[in-house]
Amino acid sequence: MTPTLNYALTGVVLFSVGLSGLFFCAHLLRKILSVNMAGSGVFLVFVALARRQPDVPPDPVPQALVLTGIVVAVSATAVALALFRRLTHEPAEEPHG
Amino acid sequence: MPVTHADACLVWPIVAPLATALAAFVLGGRWSTRLGVAVVPIVVAATAVVTWRVWHHGPQTYSLGNWPAPLGIELHADGLSCAMLLMSACIGAVVSVYSVGYFEGSTTASRGQPQKDTGAQFWPLWLMLWSALHALFLSADIFNLYVTLELLTLAAIGLVVLTGTRAAVEAALRYLLAALAGSLLYLAGVALMYGAHGTLDIASLGRSVTADASLQAALLLMMVGLMLKTALFPLHFWLPPAHGSAPAPVSALLSGLVVKGSFYILLRLWFDVFPQEFTRPLTLLPAVLGAAAILWGSMQALVADRLKMLVAYSTVAQLGYLFLVFGLARPGSDTGFAAWSAVVLFALSHACAKGALFLAAGTILHVAGHDRIRDLPAVSRRLPTTFFAIGVASVGLMGLPPTAAFVAKWTLLRVALGGGHIGLAVVIVLGGLLAAAYLFRVLAAAFTQPGVVDTNVSYRKVPRWMEYSTLGLALVSLLLGLASYPVIELLRIGSPWSPPIVQEAAP
Repeated sequence: MTPTLNYALTGVVLFSVGLSGLFFCAHLLRKILSVNMAGSGVFLVFVALARRQPDVPPDPVPQALVLTGIVVAVSATAVALALFRRLTHEPAEEPHG
Repeated sequence: MPVTHADACLVWPIVAPLATALAAFVLGGRWSTRLGVAVVPIVVAATAVVTWRVWHHGPQTYSLGNWPAPLGIELHADGLSCAMLLMSACIGAVVSVYSVGYFEGSTTASRGQPQKDTGAQFWPLWLMLWSALHALFLSADIFNLYVTLELLTLAAIGLVVLTGTRAAVEAALRYLLAALAGSLLYLAGVALMYGAHGTLDIASLGRSVTADASLQAALLLMMVGLMLKTALFPLHFWLPPAHGSAPAPVSALLSGLVVKGSFYILLRLWFDVFPQEFTRPLTLLPAVLGAAAILWGSMQALVADRLKMLVAYSTVAQLGYLFLVFGLARPGSDTGFAAWSAVVLFALSHACAKGALFLAAGTILHVAGHDRIRDLPAVSRRLPTTFFAIGVASVGLMGLPPTAAFVAKWTLLRVALGGGHIGLAVVIVLGGLLAAAYLFRVLAAAFTQPGVVDTNVSYRKVPRWMEYSTLGLALVSLLLGLASYPVIELLRIGSPWSPPIVQEAAP
């Protein structure tokens, strides 16, 4: 097993665990964490696939893409946490819009 | 390809709303409304210019900052992009006009209507959404499609929670988690495709992909992710609460435009990138789910007791029609183009009709404080223009002649019967009848029952342009049928069915 394949398979496992967590965990915070885990799995696959031959330097494009992906994931997690906080910290009854 | 000054017109539909969104966010208050309204004609003009260039000179490509494809970001516009841009410009313009009235009353609101500075929050988010949507329709590579898809989702989430009610926050969180799962599935597909082919550009992927296991996995991941984001039955669970609890202009945008974004990506990948022998074994899955969506969504709309939920479930049903394209359109055949263009036409027509219905539902909610279908008779006397708009939009949604939905359904029916898909043909007809049934529930409540005007209930005044903009959008959905021919000719430009591009001189 090459290290590249190792990383890629770990990424696939992380992605699958994250996705199943999203669908099967009841708690919202666990769901948010699961999405993050699945995201990390995809990023790991992406970075692992950048090194296609062991002797040549890795392709920089996937790394740039993963950086962009991380920014997106951070923003989405921030929004999810803000909504989660709103739900758990403000249980006051409000009129229906 | 040398970059000319004229190709730079592709950036304007993206940059104009984005820059205005930032300015509106920074300045806030009344300025956000003023800026938001001011940018509408600019965006409409920009999309018109792009369409004009594509119509006369064929598909356009522009490299941002003059960096070519592998590292730089390229924009690409063909007939399909232009049709989507025009749809977005039209609905966006009408919703903007409507929103001025809708949120203006919000400063003196009561009874659960929008709170104080909702309007100032609405404009930056909506302009971001508009910009992200245009970037999505103009993206030339699959990773930028991912980024724009996420931008679209984040802006949409912000808009859903504008009312600030608990129900809205719950719906938004559910929507966000579903959307994130969808995007990650799509991104995993992108990773596999890049790993196998070393490019992200749609056009070069289309030329270089070979049928292998990694491509198969990529197709499946992307398909499931995008079906989740487009709320295809049975992955539609997040849509009705999110679309039903958002403020009316937002519901119109979500149902009319946002779900079309992820559908557009699937449409493009399916016909532009993946080889035919690859997609053929899978054609039945989206088509059968689409048929199930038509039946299930219509049933739910038949039993809904609130107008906004009825309209939201109707969206689930109508989105089902879009997915029939994967079962009916065969690459390389003449009927393939007919079915493909019919479905795009259907998407445009649905966007206008559904937008108008959601705006009308919002006006009713705004005026009466409720949108219960059984209590509509009392409201209909007060809002003749809005209820007339509901009638017109219903005609567009049911697909009666001469609307574009009729032209589209007729074509789909012809292709389905010609290809021996009797089951799909039955569902197409049945879906139209069911749409008529649930829409007549609203029309019957509004027009046939004697309205008891309850003097105890106080009704709010409604700004005129809210009603007129709704009617305008409904009329567009009706008149689009008369313009189907030029729309289909526009779609032919750069489509997978068009002959290889020959640069021709403008007439």
